Amino acid sequence: MVAEKLVGQPLKRKEDPRLITGAGNFLDDIKLTGMTHAYVVRSPFGHARITSIDTSRARAMPGVVGVFTGEDLAAVNPLPCAWPAAGGENNMNTPRVLALGEVHQVGDPVAVVVAETRYQAKDAAELVDISYEELGTVVDAYKATLDGAPQLHENAPNNVAVRWTCGKDADEVSAALAASDVRISQHIVNQRLIPTSMEPRGSIGRYDEGTGDYTLWATSQAPHVHRLLITAFILGIPEQKLRVISPDIGGGFGQKIFCYFDMPLVLWLSKAVGRPVKFFEDRSENYLSAAHGRDHITDVEIGASRDGKITALKVDTYANLGAYLSTVAPGIPTTLYGRMVAGCYKIPAIHVNVTGVYTNTAMVDAYRGAGRPEATFLIERVCDLVAQETGVDPAEVRRRNFIQPADFPYDTGIGMLPYDSGDYEKALDKALWNSSYADLRAEQARRRAKGNRKLLGIGLSSYVEVCGIAPSKYMGAQGWGAGLWESANVRIHLTGKVVVTTGSLPHGQGHETSFAQLVGDELGVPFDDIEVEWGDTLGTPFGFGTYGSRSLTVGGTAIYKSTAKIREKARLLAAHMLEANPEDVIWQDGKFQVKGSPESSKTMQEVALAAHVAYDLPEGMEPTLEATTFYDPPNCTFPFGTHICVVEVDADTGEIDLLRYVAVDDVGNVVNPLIVDGQVHGGIAQGLAQALFEGAVYSDNGELMTGTMNDYAIPKASQLPVYELDRTVTPSPVNPMGVKGAGEAGTIASTPCVANAVIDALAHLGVRHIDMPITPEKVWRATSAR
Amino acid sequence: MFPSQFGYHKPGSVAEAVKLLQADPDAKIVAGGHSLIPAMKLRLAAPSALVDLSGIESLRGISVNGNVSIGAMTTYAQIRDSAKLKAALPVLADVAYNVGDPQVQSCGTLGGSLAHNDPAADFTAVLVALGASVKAVGPKGERTIPVEDLLVDLLTTSLAEDEVLTEIIIPGGTSAAAYEKFRHPASGYAVVGVAAAVKTGKGGVVDDAKIAITGCTSKATRAHAAEQAFIGKPLSAESIAAASAVAANGLDLNGDHYASADYRGHLVGVQTRRALERLA
Ligand SMILES: Cc1cc2nc3c(=O)[nH]c(=O)nc-3n(C[C@H](O)[C@H](O)[C@H](O)COP(=O)(O)OP(=O)(O)OC[C@H]3O[C@@H](n4cnc5c(N)ncnc54)[C@H](O)[C@@H]3O)c2cc1C
Repeated sequence: MVAEKLVGQPLKRKEDPRLITGAGNFLDDIKLTGMTHAYVVRSPFGHARITSIDTSRARAMPGVVGVFTGEDLAAVNPLPCAWPAAGGENNMNTPRVLALGEVHQVGDPVAVVVAETRYQAKDAAELVDISYEELGTVVDAYKATLDGAPQLHENAPNNVAVRWTCGKDADEVSAALAASDVRISQHIVNQRLIPTSMEPRGSIGRYDEGTGDYTLWATSQAPHVHRLLITAFILGIPEQKLRVISPDIGGGFGQKIFCYFDMPLVLWLSKAVGRPVKFFEDRSENYLSAAHGRDHITDVEIGASRDGKITALKVDTYANLGAYLSTVAPGIPTTLYGRMVAGCYKIPAIHVNVTGVYTNTAMVDAYRGAGRPEATFLIERVCDLVAQETGVDPAEVRRRNFIQPADFPYDTGIGMLPYDSGDYEKALDKALWNSSYADLRAEQARRRAKGNRKLLGIGLSSYVEVCGIAPSKYMGAQGWGAGLWESANVRIHLTGKVVVTTGSLPHGQGHETSFAQLVGDELGVPFDDIEVEWGDTLGTPFGFGTYGSRSLTVGGTAIYKSTAKIREKARLLAAHMLEANPEDVIWQDGKFQVKGSPESSKTMQEVALAAHVAYDLPEGMEPTLEATTFYDPPNCTFPFGTHICVVEVDADTGEIDLLRYVAVDDVGNVVNPLIVDGQVHGGIAQGLAQALFEGAVYSDNGELMTGTMNDYAIPKASQLPVYELDRTVTPSPVNPMGVKGAGEAGTIASTPCVANAVIDALAHLGVRHIDMPITPEKVWRATSAR
Repeated sequence: MFPSQFGYHKPGSVAEAVKLLQADPDAKIVAGGHSLIPAMKLRLAAPSALVDLSGIESLRGISVNGNVSIGAMTTYAQIRDSAKLKAALPVLADVAYNVGDPQVQSCGTLGGSLAHNDPAADFTAVLVALGASVKAVGPKGERTIPVEDLLVDLLTTSLAEDEVLTEIIIPGGTSAAAYEKFRHPASGYAVVGVAAAVKTGKGGVVDDAKIAITGCTSKATRAHAAEQAFIGKPLSAESIAAASAVAANGLDLNGDHYASADYRGHLVGVQTRRALERLA
């Protein structure tokens, strides 16, 4: 019997029973013998000089083991920034583990109390007496660059952290704009978001006095990278003296890629107090001080022809990077945003200017989509602006500007790697068909003619994004401070059971399931016999972790290549066992068979047993079946698609109802459709929440006004539509499985899709643009011209 | 989220609760805990002890005989699911269903809502519109307070620290009542809530009416101008339009980064119209 292929099946996730019945092992579940608890005293001011710190009252509190300040950690290096923007100006300032002298944002860590319990630590923290001399604050990226604005760092005049450009010369693009028949300019804000994973962040440090070894448990999307950064850059201890473990992670969305102060802090504290130390932030602390996302202010100038062809694009963006540079912050608004603004379109003249700016706010870094949501929002708004200005239907504007299937690999000319493959029109047409687009437009016209108070809006978004962030050579040239390949070790035990160790790091994506499907097919081993492991630097090859939808495309390919190596070795052994010529032995129907005589065969399990007992191996063959691969792909992958959203806007109140949401995504070949659908669902929810609900708001003095979920509107199930999902399949030529990555697509597509829909509902009233989140009040103001 | 240390008492009677409160002025009553506990976790409140009313059976229950009487510890879920209330005053079940989410409805109590007096609470406005009053028991015995007098200002009531709110009484005679809520996308609380209740007489003429606004004022507040616009007339398109046009008049509206005072004023008008249309 031929085993059914696992790849392509909508298998339920292996990890779910464990995770959803409370049997997971998350950071805050971990309790070590003798463990103490750290509570951090944070700055209440956006910008201030610390004039004195008195810890004596706190020290006298019950259960307190120690109280430490920035002075105590003065010898510890600041955190590193690993991705300066190549070819640009970088005025680097990174945070210290505990502030020394000055604080630059509300929530900056100033002192830490270590106590027997978390309650005691917090009680004592309230008694650390700190005096501050307040300094001027600025929270808006553009205002921060103006003369006279409060200055955050000495080496960054006008608070400019990064200056960077890409594309053609600015003058050349200005000339192309001047020569265009249609010219449009628009000010567009892509507001700041707070990632909000279900589990906040934390870490536990343990120092072993006997061996001098440190162990760090951390909510980390990239444990090997954190080991490197903490040892080589922050604490200056040998890399082999630190073991980093990521337990189960309750979501990350990018926020857990970065190196945070608490990671080196708990290690340092553990050595100082001689006991393990746990730090686990509460939600308010997470909102205040873990990295935020987006926050761009952009002026875009557009040139187009009267028939809707985009001829020139000039983009000037102020990217708010917060009080300091987070681990990869400069790379996001440059490589991952600036180089993606062309979207799915052939645009002959593009110039992008990016200014990264320090402000008295939380650091901003990669957040689900990282740069591509900002780029896609921009270009998809541009398409609708062109449609509105020229009278060409928005779907048609997209169609007329698309890169064509024959154009691949396609170089947009702005320094991105060539797009690998695509058929943008196919996805658009499928989405138009699935949504009955023509009928929707007819219904919209009817309602408008009747003066219906329920305004119908139809929004489109055709997106392309870059996934499988790699290859090392390209990323190195972009300023990334390390390689970006991935590792995989696959071993088959004597009993035929398989363990896969990946350098990627699942934190909600379902690696245990997808990778087992992949390996099951390649090795002919049942799904349930395959265990996927990750997250511990001890005895595992270096890995870069999970972000940028790279786990399957890069990490999965490393696994695939390891299985191929194992299969080849096993084939040779099978031939030996079958007393056949190796050339005559083939892998067929999940077994090794002698060509032409299928009754003469060996299963992978039989071969594994022989390889392990090693009684009789071919001359020179080593025992066991195991292979490690370090895979650096030749290119990124470029998923794409078209989403269409239908909204109804209440003309009396400005309330927005999501009537329909149609998505057609092309993520290449699909390993597990159920998991891909789940990723798309979550992504759409997160992206449409930016369009309608979410937005971090700071007061002028740097106080986070949306510091709790009472104010910051993450979407609830009751606020979301039913998703109508579909796919086209354009395999990627970049990797052997033909996969493109699906982790961020939904988020990238949905924000402009929903915003376009709401603005489309109001277009006949003369509305061209509304900044996000598009709240009912903003709709009301836009339509009543208040 | 780690509150400061606190003591805990679970009295079996109202008299015992009052004694505990008298003995410790920094102690606080806890009912459903859905307003108090979050405040304690954020250390915005740090009572020395909690006096938990959940062991006092007499504070629960719903009875309908002309008037509607609801025990202070009755939860939103009990109000939402009560067949008696659905028959007598369906607006109450409708409002309860729209408070927070099912978890909040299972824990939050009607007495807690009134005693807390959140400026965006739903039932404060509804009970003002229905002309309700409450009974409170303290060291000096029991007194009855109209809800309008109970609600003093933002998070402030006329209850003494050692008084227990025991019962809510809604007089009979309301012909129809409705509540229109515009939810905040994050908290689910009312950005603007408008409660309207009318008593109609012969020929559909409105003999008496109360409209109360929540979410945009420091406490649930009567919209007197709107009431006057249609009392003595039947509810018609014209009288409703007249009422909604003046609904925000005289109100001291507040705004925040989500919704400005202007916009809330606009919503007061729209929601007043919609509430009255449901009564017509
Ligand atoms: C997520 C969430 C969403 C919510 N959404 C809404 C909403 O949409 N609309 C809405 O109206 N409310 C909402 N609430 C608040 C909810 O209704 C609260 O439960 C209610 O306001 C307080 O009732 P409680 O029983 O929980 O009181 P508690 O929190 O126990 O107490 C609140 C205060 O009242 C005092 N108190 C309580 N009972 C008495 C009594 N019998 N006598 C004297 N004093 C007393 C307490 O001492 C305390 O000061 C929400 C709450 C949460 C957590």
